Amino acid sequence: MSALNVRHVNKTFGSTQVLKDISLAIDSGEFLILVGPSGCGKSTLMNTIAGLEPVTSGEIRIGDEDVTWHTPSERDIAMVFQSYALYPSMNVRQNISFGLEMRKMPKAQREEAVSRVAELLQITPLLDRKPSQLSGGQRQRVAMGRALAREPQIYLFDEPLSNLDAKLRVEMRTEIKKLHQRLGTTIVYVTHDQIEAMTLADRIAVMRDGEILQLGTPHEVYNDPVDMFVAGFMGSPSMNFLPVTLVSQASGYALQVHDEKQGGTALTLPWPVERDTQELSSRVGDRLILGLRPEHFLEDDAIQETSGEGTRLEVTATVVEPTGADTLLQAWLGGNEITARLGPKSRVVAGDRVALRADLSRAVLFDEKTQRRLA
Amino acid sequence: MANMVRRHTTSARLWRAGLYTLLIVAALVYLLPLVVMLLTSLKPLDDIRAGGLLSLPSTISFEAWSKAWGAACTGMRCNGMSGYFLNSIAIVVPAVAISSFVGALNGYVLTKWRFRGANLCFALLLFGCFVPFQVVLMPMARTLGWLGLASSTSGLVLVHVVYGIAFTTLFFRNYYVSIPDEMIAAAKLDGAGFWRIFWRILLPVSGPIITVTVIWQFTQIWNDFLFGVSFAGFDSQPVTVALNNMVNTSTGVKEYNVDMAAAMIAALPTLVVYVLAGKYFVRGLTAGSVKG
Amino acid sequence: MPSNVSAPASRERRHRRSLAGHIERVLPRLVVAPSLAVALFFVYGYMLWTFLLSMTNSRMLPQYDFVGFEQYARLFANERWHVAATNLVVFGGLFIVSCLVIGLLLAILLDQRIRQEGALRTVYLYPMALSLIVTGVVWRWLLNPGLGIQAMVRGWGFEDFTFNWLVDSDMAIYTLVIAAVWQASGFVMALFLAGLRSIDDSLFQAAALDGASLPRIYTRIVLPSLRPVVFSSVMILAHIAIKSFDLVMALTGGGPGYATDLPATFMYAHTFTRGQIGLGSASAIMMLCGVLAILVPYLYSELRGQRHG
Repeated sequence: MSALNVRHVNKTFGSTQVLKDISLAIDSGEFLILVGPSGCGKSTLMNTIAGLEPVTSGEIRIGDEDVTWHTPSERDIAMVFQSYALYPSMNVRQNISFGLEMRKMPKAQREEAVSRVAELLQITPLLDRKPSQLSGGQRQRVAMGRALAREPQIYLFDEPLSNLDAKLRVEMRTEIKKLHQRLGTTIVYVTHDQIEAMTLADRIAVMRDGEILQLGTPHEVYNDPVDMFVAGFMGSPSMNFLPVTLVSQASGYALQVHDEKQGGTALTLPWPVERDTQELSSRVGDRLILGLRPEHFLEDDAIQETSGEGTRLEVTATVVEPTGADTLLQAWLGGNEITARLGPKSRVVAGDRVALRADLSRAVLFDEKTQRRLA
Repeated sequence: MANMVRRHTTSARLWRAGLYTLLIVAALVYLLPLVVMLLTSLKPLDDIRAGGLLSLPSTISFEAWSKAWGAACTGMRCNGMSGYFLNSIAIVVPAVAISSFVGALNGYVLTKWRFRGANLCFALLLFGCFVPFQVVLMPMARTLGWLGLASSTSGLVLVHVVYGIAFTTLFFRNYYVSIPDEMIAAAKLDGAGFWRIFWRILLPVSGPIITVTVIWQFTQIWNDFLFGVSFAGFDSQPVTVALNNMVNTSTGVKEYNVDMAAAMIAALPTLVVYVLAGKYFVRGLTAGSVKG
Repeated sequence: MPSNVSAPASRERRHRRSLAGHIERVLPRLVVAPSLAVALFFVYGYMLWTFLLSMTNSRMLPQYDFVGFEQYARLFANERWHVAATNLVVFGGLFIVSCLVIGLLLAILLDQRIRQEGALRTVYLYPMALSLIVTGVVWRWLLNPGLGIQAMVRGWGFEDFTFNWLVDSDMAIYTLVIAAVWQASGFVMALFLAGLRSIDDSLFQAAALDGASLPRIYTRIVLPSLRPVVFSSVMILAHIAIKSFDLVMALTGGGPGYATDLPATFMYAHTFTRGQIGLGSASAIMMLCGVLAILVPYLYSELRGQRHG
């Protein structure tokens, strides 16, 4: 039995349909992340789960109970908001225990619960302060404490880290992950940050225009994207998309990369034989889109250390961005600008000729028109 | 004004001096009526007849004040302003309390529990801020008569509540709009209902707007003349009506010092509020107007 | 904007909502319902009622034998109404323009990093806290030719000084302007000052770097950005002018004769003291039309601005 079950939920505001036939199920203890660009409906979906906005049609079940028409307080749900939404007139202790008080928990038990979560989140020294006396990170902890104290069936997190500075965001991300592993809570988490989604989630639902495009583990969503949108949205820097024509050669299929500037074919990349599919045979001669992630390019001498796989290509570096952990290289490849992730040892500077190898064994192919995945 | 580096030349100094002179002269002009009112109220009648609006009293006497308070004649009666002052209090206190409370509830619903037609509802209420009260005088007089509230302070309380709700609703609505909806959502998820959210979450953060609203309503109702003169009986007149009657009473010797003392008495409550809480007074004026 | 109701509310749905859900749906409407009912009756109902009265021949007491627009015809033929309406135009025009000029001037002067700005502001604004009756009583005393300003200046040795507008039927209307401007100009100053303060400092800095002089900065950059404040000030002042009643009653009593009558005093006199309820109601409706004539374009531009912004 799943902890949360959303079935065919539709939601319209006036004439715009914000959620289009959304269905998903979450197991108990699962960490599900809804990710997508702003306006994709992820926050609306979360609000309908919380009961803050009614659905237009469809059903929402928590455990085995139909809660579609329950008020928020009748659903056993706690939520952590982007703005934290702490009650400014109450101190931290009162903020945490308010929900327990509303649910008529006796005072002694409430105090016990407050000190338990305060200890868990290391906010015990802050208990008597007002929210206005707390830093952003501390407010964030209090907001989580308020949710944790209730011990609800489901936790909703609405972009909880987006108001924190970069360093704190990474720290809190780890902390949320630890808490989830330790407490085994069921979490639905909304974010527009794909790194947060990748690092935290058990499963990711990528949304756009009110639809779930793909629902899968971070590994699946990253490595097996269903379409160009998901492929481009997940991963930073984004996947490189190259216009190609599929051709048939003696050794198997090959991809002719178009030269967008001068016309014609810039280079030809052989398609790995083991990745031939039935569908490809019918697409010979079609224009397709080849998707290569930055890490699918390797500097040539780096390759020799590992294996001889991949196709050698020479490019001129236009921009080199060393991040410390690795080096990002931008270069022109047949009139298309590509980004490659090179090792930290790379000594390339802008203007150099660089020899790269493209590892097509992990590349993906899309239909140019429908943008759906082909192989 | 921006913080900019300025040259400290002689012309710049002259300009500053002129600036201050202008501002201080203006301030004196604004203060003149109040000063004259106060000086006159402290003078014996002989000083007044001798002329000299701004001359200091030969002897400071509070006689005019005590007469204005307890013995001056308004129309037929000669009991001073005290009874009417108390009438004003009896009208103002309940009217301010009720209209502010109702306004707070309306503002709460119209921002945090929006329903279909909420905007229309607000627009309909808001028009009460603009209606010229002359349009409602006659029907209101009839209605108060039917309700048995004619010529009573309760009747005036009703009138001020009815026409104050538009303003109080506007104030609270504009304030509550700025309170994040997420806070209400959090309280709902925490299990609080309509009333609990109002009492426990919203009211505790409403201090500033309550102050603004109460001061605004207090000033409006205390200073009201039109409703008072239209609906009050002899025993329920507010202080403004009594003051006007006293000044216009033509029997006997005209005692200007008593008139001025009476005017001071009528003006003091709102002046005190203004001096103590000027910031909120201004905020009410601008909130009630700029956004209205 | 989230609405708590969605378009097709099926019967099934209403069935499935819990009791608490029902209460949460109904309670907010119940809470505003009394206020709405009050507004519908005491504002809109009364407007209609007064309009009906204006179509009748009511005198001392309301009665409902309809005579069409006869009262309006009488109103427009009434010389006293003409005086009142003309007075309103003169009074309102001068009052609004003077308040705007003085208010803007004071605001700009105060915006020059003045020491004791708070105290000065308090002084300029305090008249707004006073009742118009108090204002009227005080100015009546100041303008009293025998003992007020005229007497004071004559006492200084200027024997020919004359300032007797209060008893001069051609000039009495201007005494209303003086008192009203004294009362409200500080308020306009506060509005303008708030407007000036909301202008980004970097605008001044950028203009100064471009080499613009201070007067130029004010005329070219600051004043245009104060347009909304001017609009709302005009709107409020016009509203005050149309409703002006207290001040006239306390300062001039409408006199000498009816030289300083305004529509508000005209309405009051005919309805409550002269037993002409029909005519008084017609004048009240005309006042309402005056307010609407100002309000409707204002609201229209406000709403349109919001939609664009």
